[in-house]
Amino acid sequence: MSQIPIVEYLSLDDPPHLVANECKNCKARFFDRRNACGNCGTTEFQKAKVSSTGKLVAFSIVHRAAPTIPVPYISGLVETDDNTTVRSNIIGVEPSPEHIELGMALELETYELEKDDKGTACIAFGYKPV
Amino acid sequence: MSQPVWILGVSMTKFARYEDEDCVDLASTAALAALNDGGISINEMDIMACGSLFQASAGLGQQVLGQIGQTGIPVYNVSNACATGATALRTVYMSIKAGESEMGLAVGVEKMGKMGLLAGADKKADENVYEPSGRYGSVVSVDGILGTNTMPGVFAQAGMKYAYENDGVGFEQFAKVAYKNHKHSILNPLAQYQKEFSEEEIQQSPMMSYPNTLLMCCPTGDGAAAAVLVSDEKLKTLSAEQQDRAVKISASVLTSDPYVEGGQVQPDVNTLTRNAAEKAYEEAGVGPDELDLVELHDCFATAELIHYDNLKLCESGGAGDFIDSGAPFRDGKLPVNVSGGLISKGHPIGATGIANVFEVSTHLRNEAGDRQIEGAKVGLTHVIGLGSSCGIHILEK
Ligand SMILES: [Zn+2]
Repeated sequence: MSQIPIVEYLSLDDPPHLVANECKNCKARFFDRRNACGNCGTTEFQKAKVSSTGKLVAFSIVHRAAPTIPVPYISGLVETDDNTTVRSNIIGVEPSPEHIELGMALELETYELEKDDKGTACIAFGYKPV
Repeated sequence: MSQPVWILGVSMTKFARYEDEDCVDLASTAALAALNDGGISINEMDIMACGSLFQASAGLGQQVLGQIGQTGIPVYNVSNACATGATALRTVYMSIKAGESEMGLAVGVEKMGKMGLLAGADKKADENVYEPSGRYGSVVSVDGILGTNTMPGVFAQAGMKYAYENDGVGFEQFAKVAYKNHKHSILNPLAQYQKEFSEEEIQQSPMMSYPNTLLMCCPTGDGAAAAVLVSDEKLKTLSAEQQDRAVKISASVLTSDPYVEGGQVQPDVNTLTRNAAEKAYEEAGVGPDELDLVELHDCFATAELIHYDNLKLCESGGAGDFIDSGAPFRDGKLPVNVSGGLISKGHPIGATGIANVFEVSTHLRNEAGDRQIEGAKVGLTHVIGLGSSCGIHILEK
Protein backbone atom coordinates (compact mmCIF):
# COMPACT_ATOMS: atom_id res chain seq x y z
CA MET A 1 0.00 0.00 0.00
CA SER A 2 1.51 3.32 -1.02
CA GLN A 3 1.74 6.39 1.14
CA ILE A 4 2.51 10.04 0.53
CA PRO A 5 3.31 12.71 3.16
CA ILE A 6 0.91 15.65 3.40
CA VAL A 7 3.85 18.02 2.87
CA GLU A 8 7.32 17.38 1.54
CA TYR A 9 8.95 18.43 4.80
CA LEU A 10 7.41 15.40 6.52
CA SER A 11 9.67 12.38 6.08
CA LEU A 12 7.96 9.02 6.53
CA ASP A 13 11.26 7.24 7.16
CA ASP A 14 11.14 5.22 10.33
CA PRO A 15 10.52 6.92 12.67
CA PRO A 16 8.69 9.74 10.82
CA HIS A 17 10.18 13.19 11.37
CA LEU A 18 10.27 16.69 9.89
CA VAL A 19 13.08 17.83 7.63
CA ALA A 20 13.99 21.52 7.20
CA ASN A 21 16.05 23.34 4.60
CA GLU A 22 18.79 24.72 6.78
CA CYS A 23 20.92 27.65 5.68
CA LYS A 24 24.57 26.57 5.64
CA ASN A 25 25.67 30.04 6.63
CA CYS A 26 23.34 31.10 9.46
CA LYS A 27 21.49 27.84 10.27
CA ALA A 28 18.07 29.42 9.78
CA ARG A 29 15.54 26.67 9.06
CA PHE A 30 12.74 26.75 6.53
CA PHE A 31 10.04 24.27 5.57
CA ASP A 32 9.29 25.67 2.13
CA ARG A 33 11.45 25.45 -1.01
CA ARG A 34 13.94 28.28 -0.99
CA ASN A 35 15.31 30.85 -3.41
CA ALA A 36 17.68 32.16 -0.77
CA CYS A 37 17.87 32.55 2.99
CA GLY A 38 15.35 34.99 4.45
CA ASN A 39 17.73 35.74 7.27
CA CYS A 40 21.10 36.26 5.59
CA GLY A 41 20.46 36.15 1.85
CA THR A 42 22.91 33.36 1.02
CA THR A 43 21.84 30.48 -1.19
CA GLU A 44 23.35 27.26 0.13
CA PHE A 45 21.20 24.90 2.13
CA GLN A 46 21.43 21.49 3.71
CA LYS A 47 18.73 19.11 4.95
CA ALA A 48 18.31 19.14 8.72
CA LYS A 49 16.32 16.61 10.72
CA VAL A 50 14.05 18.44 13.16
CA SER A 51 13.61 17.07 16.68
CA SER A 52 10.28 15.29 17.11
CA THR A 53 9.82 16.42 20.70
CA GLY A 54 9.12 19.88 22.02
CA LYS A 55 6.73 22.06 23.99
CA LEU A 56 3.54 23.99 23.32
CA VAL A 57 4.20 27.74 23.16
CA ALA A 58 0.83 28.94 21.81
CA PHE A 59 -2.50 27.52 20.80
CA SER A 60 -6.00 28.37 19.66
CA ILE A 61 -9.08 26.21 19.75
CA VAL A 62 -10.64 26.79 16.37
CA HIS A 63 -14.44 26.66 16.29
CA ARG A 64 -15.09 28.39 12.97
CA ALA A 65 -13.39 27.27 9.78
CA ALA A 66 -14.08 26.47 6.15
CA PRO A 67 -17.02 24.03 5.81
CA THR A 68 -14.79 21.06 4.92
CA ILE A 69 -12.75 21.34 8.13
CA PRO A 70 -14.03 19.48 11.21
CA VAL A 71 -14.25 21.74 14.26
CA PRO A 72 -13.38 22.26 17.02
CA TYR A 73 -9.72 21.44 16.73
CA ILE A 74 -6.59 22.69 18.46
CA SER A 75 -4.05 24.62 16.41
CA GLY A 76 -0.71 24.97 18.11
CA LEU A 77 2.76 26.39 17.83
CA VAL A 78 5.37 23.89 18.97
CA GLU A 79 8.92 24.80 19.85
CA THR A 80 11.00 21.68 19.27
CA ASP A 81 13.90 20.67 21.49
CA ASP A 82 16.26 21.98 18.83
CA ASN A 83 14.48 25.37 18.77
CA THR A 84 12.52 25.13 15.55
CA THR A 85 8.95 26.40 15.57
CA VAL A 86 6.36 24.15 13.94
CA ARG A 87 2.67 24.84 13.40
CA SER A 88 0.30 21.91 13.57
CA ASN A 89 -2.83 20.55 15.11
CA ILE A 90 -2.49 19.29 18.67
CA ILE A 91 -3.96 15.80 18.81
CA GLY A 92 -4.94 13.37 21.53
CA VAL A 93 -6.29 16.18 23.75
CA GLU A 94 -9.85 17.37 24.36
CA PRO A 95 -10.31 20.70 22.54
CA SER A 96 -11.18 22.73 25.63
CA PRO A 97 -8.96 25.19 27.52
CA GLU A 98 -8.89 23.19 30.78
CA HIS A 99 -7.20 20.28 29.02
CA ILE A 100 -4.46 22.30 27.36
CA GLU A 101 -1.49 23.70 29.20
CA LEU A 102 0.95 26.18 27.71
CA GLY A 103 4.45 24.72 27.98
CA MET A 104 3.24 21.10 27.95
CA ALA A 105 5.63 18.51 26.49
CA LEU A 106 4.64 17.16 23.08
CA GLU A 107 5.83 14.68 20.50
CA LEU A 108 5.26 14.25 16.79
CA GLU A 109 2.77 11.63 15.67
CA THR A 110 1.71 10.70 12.15
CA TYR A 111 -1.64 9.34 11.07
CA GLU A 112 -3.50 8.48 7.87
CA LEU A 113 -5.65 11.47 6.89
CA GLU A 114 -7.43 10.03 3.84
CA LYS A 115 -6.85 8.09 0.59
CA ASP A 116 -6.99 9.26 -3.00
CA ASP A 117 -8.76 7.39 -5.83
CA LYS A 118 -5.73 5.20 -6.43
CA GLY A 119 -5.65 4.10 -2.82
CA THR A 120 -2.61 6.17 -1.89
CA ALA A 121 -2.79 7.19 1.74
CA CYS A 122 -2.06 10.80 2.71
CA ILE A 123 -0.06 10.77 5.92
CA ALA A 124 -0.46 13.86 8.10
CA PHE A 125 1.22 14.78 11.36
CA GLY A 126 0.26 16.36 14.64
CA TYR A 127 1.71 16.72 18.12
CA LYS A 128 0.36 14.84 21.13
CA PRO A 129 1.18 15.10 24.83
CA VAL A 130 4.15 12.95 25.84
CA MET B 1 15.59 68.20 9.68
CA SER B 2 13.28 68.81 6.77
CA GLN B 3 10.06 70.73 7.27
CA PRO B 4 7.01 68.90 8.66
CA VAL B 5 4.00 67.79 6.66
CA TRP B 6 0.53 68.74 7.91
CA ILE B 7 -2.97 67.34 7.71
CA LEU B 8 -5.14 70.09 6.29
CA GLY B 9 -8.41 68.17 5.98
CA VAL B 10 -9.54 64.73 7.04
CA SER B 11 -12.74 62.70 6.97
CA MET B 12 -14.33 59.31 7.16
CA THR B 13 -17.68 57.89 6.15
CA LYS B 14 -19.67 55.97 8.70
CA PHE B 15 -18.50 52.37 8.64
CA ALA B 16 -21.45 50.13 7.81
CA ARG B 17 -22.73 47.67 5.25
CA TYR B 18 -23.70 49.74 2.24
CA GLU B 19 -26.12 48.15 -0.22
CA ASP B 20 -26.02 50.51 -3.20
CA GLU B 21 -22.90 52.64 -2.83
CA ASP B 22 -19.81 51.12 -4.46
CA CYS B 23 -16.15 51.79 -3.65
CA VAL B 24 -16.09 54.78 -6.01
CA ASP B 25 -19.05 56.34 -4.20
CA LEU B 26 -17.62 55.76 -0.74
CA ALA B 27 -14.11 56.95 -1.66
CA SER B 28 -15.47 60.02 -3.49
CA THR B 29 -17.66 60.90 -0.51
CA ALA B 30 -14.69 60.71 1.84
CA ALA B 31 -12.41 62.61 -0.56
CA LEU B 32 -14.88 65.45 -1.06
CA ALA B 33 -15.43 65.67 2.70
CA ALA B 34 -11.68 65.86 3.36
CA LEU B 35 -11.22 68.58 0.73
CA ASN B 36 -14.17 70.47 2.20
CA ASP B 37 -12.80 70.04 5.71
CA GLY B 38 -9.50 71.52 4.54
CA GLY B 39 -11.25 74.36 2.71
CA ILE B 40 -9.42 73.43 -0.46
CA SER B 41 -10.22 72.30 -4.01
CA ILE B 42 -9.24 69.17 -5.91
CA ASN B 43 -7.55 71.56 -8.35
CA GLU B 44 -4.94 72.31 -5.69
CA MET B 45 -3.90 68.67 -5.33
CA ASP B 46 -0.56 67.68 -6.86
CA ILE B 47 -0.83 63.96 -6.16
CA MET B 48 -3.39 61.36 -5.17
CA ALA B 49 -2.91 57.98 -3.53
CA CYS B 50 -5.79 55.54 -3.24
CA GLY B 51 -5.63 52.51 -0.98
CA SER B 52 -7.82 49.46 -1.36
CA LEU B 53 -6.76 45.91 -0.60
CA PHE B 54 -9.20 44.25 -2.95
CA GLN B 55 -9.70 46.89 -5.65
CA ALA B 56 -6.31 48.55 -6.08
CA SER B 57 -5.86 46.68 -9.36
CA ALA B 58 -9.06 48.24 -10.72
CA GLY B 59 -7.53 51.71 -10.97
CA LEU B 60 -9.80 52.93 -8.22
CA GLY B 61 -7.87 56.18 -7.71
CA GLN B 62 -8.48 57.21 -11.32
CA GLN B 63 -12.14 56.26 -11.03
CA VAL B 64 -12.47 58.49 -7.98
CA LEU B 65 -10.80 61.41 -9.77
CA GLY B 66 -13.21 60.70 -12.64
CA GLN B 67 -15.98 61.57 -10.20
CA ILE B 68 -14.47 64.47 -8.26
CA GLY B 69 -12.04 66.14 -10.66
CA GLN B 70 -9.97 64.62 -13.43
CA THR B 71 -7.06 67.00 -13.13
CA GLY B 72 -4.40 64.75 -14.60
CA ILE B 73 -2.27 64.47 -11.47
CA PRO B 74 -0.24 61.33 -10.72
CA VAL B 75 -2.29 58.60 -9.06
CA TYR B 76 -0.84 55.78 -6.98
CA ASN B 77 -3.13 52.82 -6.34
CA VAL B 78 -1.76 51.02 -3.32
CA SER B 79 -2.45 47.73 -1.62
CA ASN B 80 -0.51 46.69 1.48
CA ALA B 81 -2.56 44.29 3.65
CA CYS B 82 -4.21 45.99 6.64
CA ALA B 83 -1.65 48.81 6.38
CA THR B 84 -3.12 49.82 2.99
CA GLY B 85 -4.67 53.11 4.18
CA ALA B 86 -1.56 54.10 6.12
CA THR B 87 0.51 53.32 3.03
CA ALA B 88 -1.66 55.59 0.87
CA LEU B 89 -1.26 58.38 3.41
CA ARG B 90 2.47 57.80 3.55
CA THR B 91 2.75 57.82 -0.25
CA VAL B 92 1.42 61.38 -0.33
CA TYR B 93 3.57 62.25 2.70
CA MET B 94 6.73 61.03 0.96
CA SER B 95 5.95 63.00 -2.19
CA ILE B 96 5.58 66.21 -0.17
CA LYS B 97 8.71 65.42 1.86
CA ALA B 98 10.60 64.87 -1.37
CA GLY B 99 9.56 68.30 -2.59
CA GLU B 100 7.63 66.95 -5.59
CA SER B 101 4.24 68.04 -4.28
CA GLU B 102 2.85 70.82 -2.11
CA MET B 103 -0.50 69.23 -1.46
CA GLY B 104 -1.96 65.80 -1.94
CA LEU B 105 -5.00 63.64 -1.34
CA ALA B 106 -4.90 60.22 0.30
CA VAL B 107 -7.99 58.02 0.22
CA GLY B 108 -8.59 54.57 1.64
CA VAL B 109 -11.67 52.48 0.91
CA GLU B 110 -13.01 48.95 1.12
CA LYS B 111 -16.25 47.09 0.52
CA MET B 112 -16.11 43.74 2.20
CA GLY B 113 -19.75 42.78 2.53
CA LYS B 114 -19.91 39.57 4.50
CA MET B 115 -16.62 38.08 3.54
CA GLY B 116 -16.32 35.77 6.51
CA LEU B 117 -13.06 34.55 7.96
CA LEU B 118 -10.54 35.58 5.28
CA ALA B 119 -7.98 32.91 4.39
CA GLY B 120 -8.09 29.20 4.76
CA ALA B 121 -10.46 27.26 2.52
CA ASP B 122 -8.16 26.82 -0.46
CA LYS B 123 -9.16 23.17 -0.68
CA LYS B 124 -8.50 21.75 -4.11
CA ALA B 125 -11.83 20.65 -5.53
CA ASP B 126 -12.26 17.49 -7.62
CA GLU B 127 -8.68 16.42 -7.08
CA ASN B 128 -8.53 12.70 -6.54
CA VAL B 129 -4.91 11.76 -7.16
CA TYR B 130 -2.35 13.20 -4.79
CA GLU B 131 0.40 15.27 -6.29
CA PRO B 132 2.73 17.49 -4.29
CA SER B 133 2.37 21.15 -5.25
CA GLY B 134 3.31 24.61 -4.07
CA ARG B 135 6.20 25.76 -1.96
CA TYR B 136 5.63 23.09 0.68
CA GLY B 137 4.92 20.23 -1.68
CA SER B 138 1.51 19.71 -0.09
CA VAL B 139 -0.96 17.14 -1.44
CA VAL B 140 -4.08 18.52 0.26
CA SER B 141 -5.04 21.86 1.82
CA VAL B 142 -3.33 21.91 5.19
CA ASP B 143 -5.59 24.48 6.90
CA GLY B 144 -7.15 22.75 9.89
CA ILE B 145 -4.67 19.87 9.74
CA LEU B 146 -1.34 21.56 10.24
CA GLY B 147 -2.88 24.23 12.44
CA THR B 148 -4.94 27.26 11.46
CA ASN B 149 -4.54 29.81 8.66
CA THR B 150 -7.57 31.89 9.61
CA MET B 151 -7.09 35.41 10.96
CA PRO B 152 -8.93 34.83 14.27
CA GLY B 153 -6.73 31.78 14.86
CA VAL B 154 -3.44 33.40 13.94
CA PHE B 155 -4.08 36.38 16.21
CA ALA B 156 -5.39 34.07 18.94
CA GLN B 157 -2.08 32.23 18.87
CA ALA B 158 -0.16 35.52 18.95
CA GLY B 159 -2.09 36.45 22.12
CA MET B 160 -1.58 33.04 23.70
CA LYS B 161 2.13 33.18 23.03
CA TYR B 162 2.20 36.44 24.98
CA ALA B 163 0.20 34.73 27.74
CA TYR B 164 2.76 31.93 27.80
CA GLU B 165 5.65 34.34 28.10
CA ASN B 166 4.09 36.77 30.59
CA ASP B 167 2.04 36.59 33.79
CA GLY B 168 -1.42 37.94 34.34
CA VAL B 169 -2.75 37.45 30.83
CA GLY B 170 -5.65 35.18 29.92
CA PHE B 171 -9.19 34.92 28.61
CA GLU B 172 -10.49 37.54 31.09
CA GLN B 173 -7.97 40.16 30.04
CA PHE B 174 -8.68 39.60 26.34
CA ALA B 175 -12.42 39.87 27.02
CA LYS B 176 -11.87 43.10 28.92
CA VAL B 177 -10.22 44.66 25.86
CA ALA B 178 -13.34 43.94 23.81
CA TYR B 179 -15.57 45.19 26.65
CA LYS B 180 -13.69 48.50 26.57
CA ASN B 181 -13.90 48.98 22.81
CA HIS B 182 -17.59 48.12 22.55
CA LYS B 183 -18.23 50.52 25.44
CA HIS B 184 -16.22 53.29 23.76
CA SER B 185 -18.11 52.92 20.49
CA ILE B 186 -21.45 54.03 21.92
CA LEU B 187 -20.11 57.61 21.77
CA ASN B 188 -19.01 57.33 18.13
CA PRO B 189 -21.81 57.86 15.59
CA LEU B 190 -19.47 56.79 12.76
CA ALA B 191 -18.91 53.33 14.24
CA GLN B 192 -20.43 50.30 12.55
CA TYR B 193 -21.75 49.10 15.92
CA GLN B 194 -22.64 51.21 18.95
CA LYS B 195 -23.65 48.70 21.54
CA GLU B 196 -22.22 48.00 24.97
CA PHE B 197 -21.84 44.40 26.15
CA SER B 198 -20.98 43.09 29.61
CA GLU B 199 -17.74 41.18 30.11
CA GLU B 200 -19.84 38.08 30.67
CA GLU B 201 -21.73 38.55 27.40
CA ILE B 202 -18.43 38.92 25.57
CA GLN B 203 -16.99 35.79 27.17
CA GLN B 204 -20.13 33.82 26.38
CA SER B 205 -20.64 34.95 22.81
CA PRO B 206 -19.94 32.22 20.20
CA MET B 207 -16.34 31.01 20.26
CA MET B 208 -14.47 31.74 17.02
CA SER B 209 -10.91 30.78 17.87
CA TYR B 210 -10.20 30.47 21.57
CA PRO B 211 -9.60 32.85 23.25
CA ASN B 212 -11.32 35.12 20.70
CA THR B 213 -15.11 34.98 20.84
CA LEU B 214 -17.29 36.62 18.18
CA LEU B 215 -17.50 39.87 20.17
CA MET B 216 -13.69 39.94 20.37
CA CYS B 217 -13.30 39.94 16.55
CA CYS B 218 -13.67 42.91 14.21
CA PRO B 219 -16.62 42.72 11.83
CA THR B 220 -16.33 42.94 8.04
CA GLY B 221 -17.83 46.10 6.64
CA ASP B 222 -17.67 48.95 4.15
CA GLY B 223 -16.36 52.48 4.39
CA ALA B 224 -13.84 55.07 3.31
CA ALA B 225 -11.59 57.71 4.82
CA ALA B 226 -9.52 60.49 3.28
CA ALA B 227 -6.94 63.10 4.20
CA VAL B 228 -5.50 66.18 2.51
CA LEU B 229 -1.82 66.74 3.29
CA VAL B 230 0.07 69.97 2.84
CA SER B 231 3.69 71.08 3.05
CA ASP B 232 4.83 73.43 5.81
CA GLU B 233 5.68 76.14 3.31
CA LYS B 234 2.33 75.94 1.52
CA LEU B 235 0.39 75.89 4.79
CA LYS B 236 1.89 79.24 5.71
CA THR B 237 0.21 80.78 2.64
CA LEU B 238 -3.26 79.56 3.66
CA SER B 239 -5.83 81.26 5.91
CA ALA B 240 -5.46 81.64 9.67
CA GLU B 241 -8.33 79.20 10.23
CA GLN B 242 -6.73 76.57 7.98
CA GLN B 243 -3.42 76.97 9.78
CA ASP B 244 -5.14 76.83 13.14
CA ARG B 245 -6.89 73.53 12.40
CA ALA B 246 -3.90 71.85 10.73
CA VAL B 247 -2.49 68.79 12.51
CA LYS B 248 1.23 68.08 12.35
CA ILE B 249 2.46 64.68 11.25
CA SER B 250 5.42 64.28 13.61
CA ALA B 251 6.28 60.79 12.44
CA SER B 252 5.30 58.57 9.52
CA VAL B 253 6.78 55.10 9.56
CA LEU B 254 6.25 51.88 7.63
CA THR B 255 8.00 48.59 8.40
CA SER B 256 7.86 45.01 7.19
CA ASP B 257 8.66 41.97 9.29
CA PRO B 258 12.32 41.14 9.78
CA TYR B 259 13.41 37.50 9.91
CA VAL B 260 12.67 35.75 13.17
CA GLU B 261 12.76 32.03 13.88
CA GLY B 262 9.18 30.78 13.71
CA GLY B 263 8.01 33.62 11.46
CA GLN B 264 7.65 31.16 8.61
CA VAL B 265 4.88 29.20 10.37
CA GLN B 266 3.17 32.06 12.20
CA PRO B 267 3.64 35.67 11.07
CA ASP B 268 5.36 37.63 13.82
CA VAL B 269 3.22 40.70 14.46
CA ASN B 270 5.41 41.96 17.28
CA THR B 271 8.88 42.74 15.97
CA LEU B 272 7.84 44.97 13.07
CA THR B 273 5.46 46.86 15.37
CA ARG B 274 8.22 47.33 17.93
CA ASN B 275 10.59 48.50 15.22
CA ALA B 276 8.03 50.93 13.82
CA ALA B 277 7.21 52.31 17.27
CA GLU B 278 10.83 52.85 18.14
CA LYS B 279 11.46 54.66 14.88
CA ALA B 280 8.31 56.77 15.21
CA TYR B 281 9.08 57.88 18.77
CA GLU B 282 12.57 58.84 17.70
CA GLU B 283 11.39 60.67 14.58
CA ALA B 284 8.76 62.62 16.54
CA GLY B 285 10.95 63.22 19.56
CA VAL B 286 8.00 62.04 21.61
CA GLY B 287 7.90 59.26 24.19
CA PRO B 288 5.00 56.88 24.84
CA ASP B 289 4.40 58.62 28.19
CA GLU B 290 3.63 61.84 26.32
CA LEU B 291 0.75 60.35 24.30
CA ASP B 292 -2.78 61.54 25.08
CA LEU B 293 -4.56 58.90 23.00
CA VAL B 294 -3.79 55.93 20.78
CA GLU B 295 -5.75 54.27 17.99
CA LEU B 296 -4.17 50.85 17.49
CA HIS B 297 -4.93 47.81 15.37
CA ASP B 298 -7.37 45.74 17.43
CA CYS B 299 -8.44 43.40 14.64
CA PHE B 300 -8.90 40.94 17.51
CA ALA B 301 -8.89 41.50 21.27
CA THR B 302 -5.74 39.37 21.56
CA ALA B 303 -3.99 41.73 19.12
CA GLU B 304 -4.78 44.91 21.07
CA LEU B 305 -3.38 43.45 24.26
CA ILE B 306 0.00 42.52 22.79
CA HIS B 307 0.31 45.89 21.07
CA TYR B 308 0.13 47.68 24.47
CA ASP B 309 3.52 46.11 25.01
CA ASN B 310 4.79 46.45 21.42
CA LEU B 311 3.99 50.18 21.40
CA LYS B 312 5.50 50.58 24.89
CA LEU B 313 2.23 51.87 26.33
CA CYS B 314 2.87 49.63 29.34
CA GLU B 315 5.83 48.13 31.17
CA SER B 316 7.50 45.28 29.32
CA GLY B 317 5.41 42.16 29.99
CA GLY B 318 2.74 44.22 31.71
CA ALA B 319 -0.11 44.28 29.18
CA GLY B 320 -2.36 42.23 31.47
CA ASP B 321 -1.91 44.66 34.34
CA PHE B 322 -2.37 47.57 31.95
CA ILE B 323 -5.89 46.53 30.93
CA ASP B 324 -6.74 45.37 34.48
CA SER B 325 -5.74 48.80 35.82
CA GLY B 326 -8.21 50.54 33.51
CA ALA B 327 -5.44 52.61 31.89
CA PRO B 328 -6.63 52.23 28.26
CA PHE B 329 -10.26 53.13 29.03
CA ARG B 330 -11.33 56.60 27.93
CA ASP B 331 -11.15 57.89 31.50
CA GLY B 332 -7.86 56.10 32.16
CA LYS B 333 -4.22 57.09 32.06
CA LEU B 334 -3.81 56.49 28.30
CA PRO B 335 -7.05 56.06 26.34
CA VAL B 336 -6.77 53.44 23.57
CA ASN B 337 -9.29 53.11 20.77
CA VAL B 338 -11.82 55.65 21.99
CA SER B 339 -13.40 55.35 18.52
CA GLY B 340 -14.51 51.83 19.42
CA GLY B 341 -11.55 50.36 17.59
CA LEU B 342 -11.75 47.89 14.77
CA ILE B 343 -13.75 45.59 17.04
CA SER B 344 -16.74 47.93 17.11
CA LYS B 345 -16.04 50.85 14.78
CA GLY B 346 -15.37 48.33 12.02
CA HIS B 347 -12.50 47.49 9.71
CA PRO B 348 -13.03 48.17 5.98
CA ILE B 349 -9.40 47.29 5.38
CA GLY B 350 -8.24 50.03 2.99
CA ALA B 351 -9.96 52.74 5.04
CA THR B 352 -8.64 51.76 8.46
CA GLY B 353 -5.19 53.38 8.27
CA ILE B 354 -6.70 56.78 7.44
CA ALA B 355 -9.80 56.47 9.65
CA ASN B 356 -7.54 56.20 12.69
CA VAL B 357 -5.80 59.41 11.59
CA PHE B 358 -9.24 61.04 11.31
CA GLU B 359 -10.04 59.94 14.86
CA VAL B 360 -6.85 61.22 16.45
CA SER B 361 -6.88 64.48 14.42
CA THR B 362 -10.45 65.16 15.48
CA HIS B 363 -9.47 64.90 19.15
CA LEU B 364 -6.37 67.05 18.67
CA ARG B 365 -8.59 69.69 17.04
CA ASN B 366 -10.98 69.47 19.99
CA GLU B 367 -13.80 68.61 17.59
CA ALA B 368 -14.70 65.10 18.80
CA GLY B 369 -17.92 66.11 20.58
CA ASP B 370 -19.20 63.60 23.14
CA ARG B 371 -16.17 61.39 22.84
CA GLN B 372 -13.56 64.17 23.07
CA ILE B 373 -10.50 63.35 25.13
CA GLU B 374 -10.02 66.68 26.87
CA GLY B 375 -6.83 68.57 26.17
CA ALA B 376 -5.41 65.98 23.77
CA LYS B 377 -2.25 67.29 22.14
CA VAL B 378 -0.39 64.19 20.94
CA GLY B 379 -1.73 60.94 19.51
CA LEU B 380 -0.51 57.81 17.79
CA THR B 381 -2.12 55.66 15.11
CA HIS B 382 -1.07 52.09 14.35
CA VAL B 383 -2.06 49.49 11.79
CA ILE B 384 -0.60 46.13 10.99
CA GLY B 385 -1.44 43.67 8.26
CA LEU B 386 -0.28 40.08 8.08
CA GLY B 387 2.27 39.45 5.51
CA SER B 388 3.44 41.70 7.21
CA SER B 389 3.28 45.47 7.12
CA CYS B 390 3.06 47.97 9.97
CA GLY B 391 2.26 51.68 9.69
CA ILE B 392 2.54 54.19 12.53
CA HIS B 393 1.79 57.91 12.50
CA ILE B 394 2.33 60.29 15.41
CA LEU B 395 0.20 63.41 15.23
CA GLU B 396 0.54 66.64 17.20
CA LYS B 397 -1.35 69.88 17.57
ZN1 LIG C 1 21.04 32.25 6.29
